[in-house]
Amino acid sequence: MRHHIEGTTMFDGDQAQKGYALNRMCFSFNAKENREAFRVDEDAYCAKYGLTREQREAVKSRNVLRMIEAGGNVYYLAKLAGIFGLNVQDLGAQQTGLSVAEFKEKLAAAGR
Amino acid sequence: MARVIGGVGTTHVPSIGKAIADRKQNDPYWKPFFDGFHAVHKWLASEKPDVAVVFSNDHGLNFFLDKMPTFAIGAANEYRNEDEGWGIPVSRAAKGNAALSWHIINEVVGEGFDLTMCQEMLVDHAVTIPLQLMWPNGDWPVIVPVSINTVQHPLPSMARCYELGRSVGRAIACYPENVKVMVIGTGGLSHQLDGKRAGFINKDFDKLCMDQLVADPESLTRYTIPQVVELAGAQGVEFLNWMAMRGALTGTVSELHRNYHIPISNTAAATVLFENKPRVERRKAA
Repeated sequence: MRHHIEGTTMFDGDQAQKGYALNRMCFSFNAKENREAFRVDEDAYCAKYGLTREQREAVKSRNVLRMIEAGGNVYYLAKLAGIFGLNVQDLGAQQTGLSVAEFKEKLAAAGR
Repeated sequence: MARVIGGVGTTHVPSIGKAIADRKQNDPYWKPFFDGFHAVHKWLASEKPDVAVVFSNDHGLNFFLDKMPTFAIGAANEYRNEDEGWGIPVSRAAKGNAALSWHIINEVVGEGFDLTMCQEMLVDHAVTIPLQLMWPNGDWPVIVPVSINTVQHPLPSMARCYELGRSVGRAIACYPENVKVMVIGTGGLSHQLDGKRAGFINKDFDKLCMDQLVADPESLTRYTIPQVVELAGAQGVEFLNWMAMRGALTGTVSELHRNYHIPISNTAAATVLFENKPRVERRKAA
């Protein structure tokens, strides 16, 4: 039944359950005061949202693939990435092991 | 009676909001994308739609995973935008038409689409950016936002979204007020933000989707959601909004304009403009 697509995690019921606490924390970052609170005391903020150990470690590592592995959904993770000053090209570069310049070139090449 | 005069499909990448705020329309990176709207502006200036029904997906502004409706519709007289957390400027609010929303709700639910009804709904960049792109002077029409879940699987099928659009199209056609309505489908085309396949873009599939959207949209309903993810990328599933938009054009449809440019941010950016003529006026395709 499951359709495996290389390098892609389907955000399905299993992932949504697994990632709930992490995604709920990221959803809170719509509010500026919450982004500030995270910046001031990341440990306390993550504890308040009940992140699992795996999720806490993934956030600490700033590693997007680990956050996805821990159930994170990219639409919510992008709000967290914004706090770290990372845009979607930065995220793409990190996940594919390319430099940001190489990742942008990969995108441009897709149009040629 | 109300009538659906046409439709637009457009990308809604958040960074477009920043580019508009920073007036980068003529910047070499952005120009090929923004130039794709001139033809749309011209058409809008001559057709002057009163209402835009906007099919889009929320990205975690109005809906969270605690309650995720497959299909939701706004039934308000105003729709606000708020801070989305990723640094794009907050947009001004769009006006709604609750009476038209309730008419659509009554008709569409009556046909078997169990919409979640929202008397309050925040609209995110997936609604506000297309409005800013299409009406840069800010003279937005009234909107009816329809939100389709493209975030948490299982997603509604291509066929279901197309049929939802058809049902909305029929509902508009029996609305007794004399209003000109257009439909907008936002998002896509191919892109993937997450995973080791991040940066995936599929020009051939995008072209096929745009071609078939005009000529034979039903042929696209054969793709399952996993196939769309595979062919268009994990976020390329936003094409579901385009399927609904196309479904609402139940007359004789012709493509008046198309623009396709890679990349905008991580996305294959596309803009299409469709005209919808009553079937009785059927004429030879151009």
